[in-house]
Amino acid sequence: MKIILNNREEILDQHSLTISELLKVKNFSFKMLVVKINGNLVRKNEYDITRVNDGDDVMVLHLISGG
Amino acid sequence: MTSEEIMMILKGKKAGIAGCGGLGSNCAVALARAGVGALVIVDFDVIDESNLNRQYYFRDQIGMLKVTALKNNLERINPFIDISAVELRLSPPDILKYFSGCDVIVEAFDDAGMKLMMIDTVLNQMPEKFLVTGVGMAGWGDNNSIRTRISDKLVICGDETNEVSADVPAIAPRVGVVANMQANAVLEILLGKNPFQAISTSF
Repeated sequence: MKIILNNREEILDQHSLTISELLKVKNFSFKMLVVKINGNLVRKNEYDITRVNDGDDVMVLHLISGG
Repeated sequence: MTSEEIMMILKGKKAGIAGCGGLGSNCAVALARAGVGALVIVDFDVIDESNLNRQYYFRDQIGMLKVTALKNNLERINPFIDISAVELRLSPPDILKYFSGCDVIVEAFDDAGMKLMMIDTVLNQMPEKFLVTGVGMAGWGDNNSIRTRISDKLVICGDETNEVSADVPAIAPRVGVVANMQANAVLEILLGKNPFQAISTSF
């Protein structure tokens, strides 16, 4: 499938992935994350059940300290 | 828009600023100079000498509450704005309490966990609000890595990469750039897109 991940086009072998699987595939091992699919927030307890499908626009924001 | 028209619109707007450190103090100064009519500033901390490398405070304010000192500094710049200074370590219920009356909210915390708490709270419980967050500004140089991205009503300013650590401190220029980018995003939310800019973000 082809998705937009953090404003970049990504082609993945899988036809569909859960958020948890996507984070694993892309090696996002951080704890402080905000995930949105097509602008909608995905809650942490929904990472295992929410699926990313072809054409989706996914934002994975990694929060880091500093300010 | 003429500067009079801009001033008239901004005079009727209220912005909330969560955290009055490097991001919050500099962002508040930019919004006060621009003429945003009301600001709600929230922070629990007092000014330490180490803050002066990037935060909008002065040496004779060391030891003062940041919200008290910032209110004073803002009033010296623009005495015509209404400033609510709240001494508090923000929790989700307080975010709703203090920021529900704001047109836009600025996340200006230092700590990643607090940033996450703020974003989670606003996106889950105040989904109609614009939230402008600052992520990634440690170190110096590399101007062009600092940018803005937008996802619905969440605006993210920063390089999203450089975390503060013992070897990579936060220093005035990059923190000030991100703080002013946040203020600039606030103006774009409050005023709408500048029609004279050929290339611009769109909310």
